[in-house]
Amino acid sequence: MSFDVMIVGIGGQGTILTSNILGRACVIEGIPVRGAETHGMAQRGGSVESQIRIGQEYGPLIAPGTADLLLSFDLMEAVRAAHWLKPDGILYSSKEYVIPTSVFMEDYPAPTEEMLTEMLGSRHAHIIDSRAISQQAGNILTQNIVMLGAASPMLPLQKASLQEAIRKTVPPKTVDLNLKAFEMGREAGKSL
Amino acid sequence: MVERTEQNMTHTRTGNIHREFDPGFSMVVHYLLGNEAIAHGCLEAAVDVVCGYPGTPSSEVIDTLRMDTDCACKVEWSVNEKVAFEEALAASWCGLRALCTMKHVGLNVAADPLMTSAYTGTKGGFVIMSADDPFAHSSQNEQDSRCYAMFAKIPCLDPSTLQEAHDMVRDAFALSEEFRLPVLFRPTTRICHSKSDVNLGGIVVSDRTALFEKDARQYVVIPAHTRILHQKLNQKQPALRKRLVELGYNRYEIKGKTAVICGGVGASYVREVIGPDVSVAIIGAYPVDQEWLGAFISRHEKVMVIEELAPVIEEVARQVSGTVPVFGKMTGHVPYEGELAPDRIASYLQAAGFETAISYQPAQAPAALPVRPPILCAGCMHRTAMYAMKKVFRDAIFPSDIGCYTLGIQLGTVDTTICMGASITIASGMSLAGEKRDIVCTIGDSTFLHTGIQGLINAVYNGATITVVILDNRITAMTGHQPNPTTGLTACGVATPAVSIEAICRACGVSFVETVSPNDLVTFIDVLKAAKARPGVKVVIARQPCVISEKRAKIVRGRYTVHQDLCIGCKACIKFGCPAIELKGGLASITDLCSGCGVCAQICPVGAIGREVRE
Repeated sequence: MSFDVMIVGIGGQGTILTSNILGRACVIEGIPVRGAETHGMAQRGGSVESQIRIGQEYGPLIAPGTADLLLSFDLMEAVRAAHWLKPDGILYSSKEYVIPTSVFMEDYPAPTEEMLTEMLGSRHAHIIDSRAISQQAGNILTQNIVMLGAASPMLPLQKASLQEAIRKTVPPKTVDLNLKAFEMGREAGKSL
Repeated sequence: MVERTEQNMTHTRTGNIHREFDPGFSMVVHYLLGNEAIAHGCLEAAVDVVCGYPGTPSSEVIDTLRMDTDCACKVEWSVNEKVAFEEALAASWCGLRALCTMKHVGLNVAADPLMTSAYTGTKGGFVIMSADDPFAHSSQNEQDSRCYAMFAKIPCLDPSTLQEAHDMVRDAFALSEEFRLPVLFRPTTRICHSKSDVNLGGIVVSDRTALFEKDARQYVVIPAHTRILHQKLNQKQPALRKRLVELGYNRYEIKGKTAVICGGVGASYVREVIGPDVSVAIIGAYPVDQEWLGAFISRHEKVMVIEELAPVIEEVARQVSGTVPVFGKMTGHVPYEGELAPDRIASYLQAAGFETAISYQPAQAPAALPVRPPILCAGCMHRTAMYAMKKVFRDAIFPSDIGCYTLGIQLGTVDTTICMGASITIASGMSLAGEKRDIVCTIGDSTFLHTGIQGLINAVYNGATITVVILDNRITAMTGHQPNPTTGLTACGVATPAVSIEAICRACGVSFVETVSPNDLVTFIDVLKAAKARPGVKVVIARQPCVISEKRAKIVRGRYTVHQDLCIGCKACIKFGCPAIELKGGLASITDLCSGCGVCAQICPVGAIGREVRE
């Protein structure tokens, strides 16, 4: 049995980079790992997902209703992907969400934060103010690393391996910034 | 930080995408994308020449090699798949190891040389990577490349894991040399775009030099030669089938009285869900040795075939199954279309009475939310060009083509898309058929060079009345920003003369050729109006670099902002559909996604949008 993680967001928010950190951390620990991700045109501002299976030796695909952890960089995308979680699965989502352009163009009613939180139902959900924390860390582009930090105590991976994987994955000039974002996210996750 | 998957690939070979690609190490485990593992497998085989045309999910093989400073092989982006195929074939005929890469539909473009290269055979190892896309994640169809291999009578390798993909492509060159045949390597999206820990070997640098040895009976397929070559091709088949079993590509494990036969990435899902007492045969290579498969089937009471897309394995299984019942697509247990997944396979197996190790509960339905499809970027010139087309040619027919601009379907300016280059030909065909409305087609710069030019020549030659809008953003954007002949750079970042689309169009006989940036909306609309008023074939070249390329080149323009006191809430800018424009409390508002194209300021009827003034 693998520990299955879904990472969701909007194209450009760093789902692939985050899953690369998890994958590299697995290699550091010698754990087999499989991942599947969205490439190509779907990345242009659309909903994207990365599936990552820690300890899996076979295929990269997670079945709906079986994911152990859902990590979302957008609250609306968290709701969209919540059915991937197993009943006692855990969700970490950013508090913010981007309203799709189609909502404005077609005059649809835009869901509010309260409505979205309600749609998550009784799930084990942790909502993180990743923008505020990333700003404190020094750059709002580190929101994905803040979220990874928040969820990291739930992962079957050592903190040190994740830190080492971050060093190997992010642009060299941003290593310290990202490690700080990771640490601050981890603290925020614990204090919930 | 933001993802780097497409970063800087339009520029020079600046370094390895993954620093792990150090030469000289042996058997080291890395976390890699399937296409990166495939690229590394080719380097381990000392490939000499790599050609291809970008296409999801195949593009990152060449993107990895062209960005790798340690890569000693020659790498090129060709103008289309037929060209790539023939260039690689020529290298093979010169005794070099050659790879050509493409997506599955690219193989249609290269089908002509494919079929006959099986007759002429090869000299240096020649591998064709044709990446299939079950579920059409980013494709116009779900064709199965294995059928092409069968049609051409060449071996096909179909990996079930990333490690296997890496090992198979590494060994495919030697297989090609052994049988002097092209080898079709067929990974699918879930191989190319999935990731795993992969064992890599050391990179081997080639010591081959190109030398073509003339032999007309081999390389000139006049009827007298080709009849003999066809016979020779057929004679290779029995030994080939046996060899693929010997090499371990086709293998089985007997566990009980029921069996599953599977192939491709589906085999890894089967292994995840299958019960412990069910035998499994994995088909990793074609053609399948019928005798071998028949012997496996005969040791069971019933078998089920699980494979994506065409029933290639199933047809062979049915030929040799005797009285053993075969379940699969033909019995309605497995669909012919879409992609497989572990939970779906478990349900197919259970429905046919096969034992599984895992049972999945039906998952909850996804929540009902506004959809978030991919969308043209903020400041993308395609949106502006299509907005203007809609303004000028209200009720026209809009044939389009393959590229980011296919997303213009959301703007009502994409009425047809079938394959690369088919915008101009569908437009001229409608004109020829006598359709009375205006016909305005759109095609990108790379697609125009790929297969658009012939259609333009034909439209002029045969007197069509159409307007062709060439959306020239100087890059092959959708597949990850690969340079093309309009960019002025080769795949490896070497400066090269940029082709003139204007000169090509004029040489085709088009007298109305106008180039204008759609960001200058007023002039662009005037040019479209001038085109509309004239008969014959008119070409409007909408030229403006891709906003993503600009961002990577550090070109920054000032942002725009809505003066809330002037905005009347008419939604003219909202209807333009730019993702940087939001509606807040009935008024428009511009977010930090704005890239400063300034088009919304030209659309606003009351002058409420202007440049942002920084304090």
